[in-house]
Amino acid sequence: MTITDQRPGYRYVGTRPVRHDGLDKVVGKARYAADLVLPGMLYGHILRSPHAHARIVAIDTAAAEAMPGVRAVITGADFPELPADDPERNTTRNLMARDKVLYEGHAIAAVAATSQRAAKAAAKAIAVTYEVLPHTLDIREAMAPGAPLLHDDVFTTGLDSEPSEPSNVANRTCYERGDIEQGFADAAVVVEGEFVTKAVHQGYIEPHACVADTGQDGKTVIWCSSQGHFRVRSQTAAMLGWDTARIKVIPAEIGGGFGGKTTIYLEPLAVALSARAGRPVKLVMSREEVFRATGPTPGSVIRLKLGAADDGKITAAKAWMAYESGAFPGPWAMLGCMCVISPYNVENFLIEGYEVVVNKPVNVAYRAPSAPMAAFAADTLVDEIARRLDMDPIELRLLNCPSAGDQAPYGPKWPRIGLRECLEAVRDSDHYRSEPAPGHGRGVASGFWFNIGEASSATVNLNENGTATVVTGSPDIGGSRASMALMAAEELGIDVYDIQPVVGDTEVVGFTDVTEGSRATFATGMAVVEACRDLKRQLCGRAAVMWDCDSDEVAWSDGQATHRAGEHEPLALAAITAEAGRTGGPLGATASLNARGAGPAFSVQVTDVSVDEETGRVTVERYTTAQDAGTAIHPDYVEGQMQGGVAQGIGWALNEEYIHDADGVMENPGFLDYRIPVASDLPMIETIIVEVPNPNHPYGVRGVGEVGIVPPIPALANAVYDATGARIRELPLSPPRVLAAITARNGDGG
Amino acid sequence: MRYAAPTSVAEAVALLGTEPNSRVFAGATDLVPQLRAGRPEPGVAIDLKKIPRLTSVAIDDGTWRIGAAAPTSDLTANEALTADVPGLVYASGLIGSDQIQNRASLGGNLCNASPAADAVPPLLVNTAQAVVAGPDGERTVPVADIPTGPGRTSLRPGEFVVEFLIDRPPPGTADAYLRLIPRTEMDIAIVGAAARITLDADGSCVAAAIALGAVAPTVITVPAASGGLIGQPIDARALAAVAAAASAAASPIDDKRGTVTYRRQVAGVLAKRAVAEAAGRARNGDGP
Ligand SMILES: Cc1cc2nc3c(=O)[nH]c(=O)nc-3n(C[C@H](O)[C@H](O)[C@H](O)COP(=O)(O)OP(=O)(O)OC[C@H]3O[C@@H](n4cnc5c(N)ncnc54)[C@H](O)[C@@H]3O)c2cc1C
Repeated sequence: MTITDQRPGYRYVGTRPVRHDGLDKVVGKARYAADLVLPGMLYGHILRSPHAHARIVAIDTAAAEAMPGVRAVITGADFPELPADDPERNTTRNLMARDKVLYEGHAIAAVAATSQRAAKAAAKAIAVTYEVLPHTLDIREAMAPGAPLLHDDVFTTGLDSEPSEPSNVANRTCYERGDIEQGFADAAVVVEGEFVTKAVHQGYIEPHACVADTGQDGKTVIWCSSQGHFRVRSQTAAMLGWDTARIKVIPAEIGGGFGGKTTIYLEPLAVALSARAGRPVKLVMSREEVFRATGPTPGSVIRLKLGAADDGKITAAKAWMAYESGAFPGPWAMLGCMCVISPYNVENFLIEGYEVVVNKPVNVAYRAPSAPMAAFAADTLVDEIARRLDMDPIELRLLNCPSAGDQAPYGPKWPRIGLRECLEAVRDSDHYRSEPAPGHGRGVASGFWFNIGEASSATVNLNENGTATVVTGSPDIGGSRASMALMAAEELGIDVYDIQPVVGDTEVVGFTDVTEGSRATFATGMAVVEACRDLKRQLCGRAAVMWDCDSDEVAWSDGQATHRAGEHEPLALAAITAEAGRTGGPLGATASLNARGAGPAFSVQVTDVSVDEETGRVTVERYTTAQDAGTAIHPDYVEGQMQGGVAQGIGWALNEEYIHDADGVMENPGFLDYRIPVASDLPMIETIIVEVPNPNHPYGVRGVGEVGIVPPIPALANAVYDATGARIRELPLSPPRVLAAITARNGDGG
Repeated sequence: MRYAAPTSVAEAVALLGTEPNSRVFAGATDLVPQLRAGRPEPGVAIDLKKIPRLTSVAIDDGTWRIGAAAPTSDLTANEALTADVPGLVYASGLIGSDQIQNRASLGGNLCNASPAADAVPPLLVNTAQAVVAGPDGERTVPVADIPTGPGRTSLRPGEFVVEFLIDRPPPGTADAYLRLIPRTEMDIAIVGAAARITLDADGSCVAAAIALGAVAPTVITVPAASGGLIGQPIDARALAAVAAAASAAASPIDDKRGTVTYRRQVAGVLAKRAVAEAAGRARNGDGP
């Protein structure tokens, strides 16, 4: 670990206690949404489109409704039509197709019945008449004139002139600065290339699941797996046309999300079925449904050109970046544009992004969404520049490294960031300083992610025995409960195991945004700290009552109230809570805030690979990742996030891809043929936590959840090049693609 | 679907005769996923694992008898068998994971009739025979004759495989199996290759067999590749010839797991490597 800035000595922050929710998970006691069984509960099943693109001519549910055990059948017609400008309109149309199905797997009807089997059989008995339409799955094809059109009301925004025809291109984004012609004219080296990546899935182990219980009072309770139950509430309300006050959402434990559970798929359907049947309804997706109907991260086509002076300084960048967004438009190309050259100071650039709809499931966030594809292009070309100039790839990056005060390509001035420290940490690592083993290739890459703040709430209650309960609204997807407890322990000066961290439902804790953007420990942690500081003021007041003095004669330090003038023996927290009934009643505090000043995250990684030249199989032999965590509240979970991001990046780089047949039907909707890495595919992923505290957080936290997935693709592609001399600009780097590249290299006399 | 667990071959044969819509199974590691994926359920599922003869693994008068329903973890735990047919045992130990191998059998691997089944190429290079029981009694057939295409076998109605017979390989003999999967485990072979090589005291090849998986509708043997080795030392030239002949013999398809070009190219590579590995074992006396 590298500690770069001065920081106070902490007692709890930076230690590694066993997470509070750990034992339940290890022994199988933790409750996930699919575990819940309620008396009288029905089982739901969703009928999904077999076609990639088709008009729905008619849906006949009569036969299904008459089947034994069937209690409710619903279709798109059972939900209100939202106005065109409603932000949730596309969500509702994704959850239940209306006039058209836009991808294979698009939901068109749902059934609730007394058994899973009966529900499935009834769904099969729903007769749907389709008029099959031509489909498009490929970005370049979807952008071309005459391509099958998904929406007749999508017109490209962001163009110089208003288009008259609808298009699959939803918008154009542009970031521009300086004079790129001059920039390229000043360059001694110009490198360029087209980079192609496929859609990949988040691959969380727990499929989506929920139970909804709607009462005769018109209120409903939902138990579900999500990254944000307040968003489940608002999106469900929007789809049903209900007031949010009628909906209570209880978060279950979550078996992975990685961004994929920041939106909903099942909940309004379960509520509608439950309302119609008058019984609780459970909906659980199969793995196949997860693949066919839930969000992957976009495929992309990126053309990038970089120029550099002969000292290695990057002089110009020109990017054309097209991202698919699935069946409805999203923000993916814009995010890619904002990230692509962010680890570099470039004075002259023109970055254009295009958002393209295609007949695939609607894209959803996946760990630093859009940044890994952008980094693939940028960090491959930077590697080429380093080779052309015969420079060390880390020295080249240090030369172009932004720091506080420089202007980021997407507008703002960089605050204090830790990219330089991450580059230095890798440069000085044992891994980088030792030569790769004979035959192994080495690759380096860097990555950037914004991180966000947003709204969070926390309530901290002190119990009469001096322990505390910390309730937040942030689903814990990566160990955040343990971090909340550590920050509360540090503030209150009580043992971390005397604190019970809890994720509260929508009715017991204040509004909290989704656990996304690496924000929970940063933003919700801030709310916890604020509530604890309020409590400390209250505790001082109570001590003053007990001592019969003025409260400003009391200070809080080291877990106890002390009398400034030393006239009384210090009072431990438990001594004050024991007397709380006498001194003013229970002690509790709540904080709700909009966290500002999230610290940008950077990661730098190095990997060594070996390549079987006869089969094209790549083996990752060694991997080291350095990442700026600001302050690692719980280093185990920081390392876990760093390693998890790398593991997923390795899968994305090497083997993951959607395979479709000619009709646009996914052929590999399971983990057998959609190849996420297994444990034995990965080396030990060595971690270096860099700590450049974020000045905007009481403990210096930056989010750590996402940026780790950004560098692996270019790091591995650069390593494969180093090992084989074959430059591959298309993912995945699967054995057939690598072998073909090696064969082509041999053909070129390489 | 009804479950039945006969305890003798005769009882199983009788049950298959009276219940036309029945199906035998051993580990059910192919059967259950197939039923989950929507294949029609049999009326009676007949569990073969309660018949002692079907789960025993023993050597008898120079011939290995491997029960068709024995879990492959019993093969990988058997040191004497491993010493005799290391390639077959290695292949058995590739199937799925520990959990799968505590259930999966060679009978199921063969009769599921997947061209990518890992244990089948080594059974072929060891010229294994299958003892088949049915309404007309028992018959012994070469394992190679059982699969006839993806998911299809030559077994007649009412028949099932009781055990496999493998003659103890002669001295100077060893087998090997290799497969290409993009991951390191939990994957289906894109190509598999088995070889069995017998060397004389001078290191010259006196007998050879090569089989390829996942490059044709069934696992195939490649006499064109093995025949050329006879009377030769196993050197670089011989291996290059094996690779070329194996690639030429492969007639794979394009599917989600691999392309024709890739499979053909890799079939040659794996055949060559399997021959080299088997020859290495034979040379070092790692065989029987
Ligand atoms: C997670 C997982 C991973 C896997 N990985 C691999 C792998 O790496 N390599 C590989 O080759 N396979 C793999 N498989 C497939 C499977 O495990 C193997 O084919 C296994 O050998 C099948 O044996 P079984 O006893 O379970 O067969 P079962 O499922 O019991 O039977 C399979 C078929 O054979 C028939 N059958 C079974 N026994 C007999 C008999 N004695 N006589 C006649 N017919 C019979 C059954 O009726 C059925 O049609 C995997 C399966 C799973 C679930």
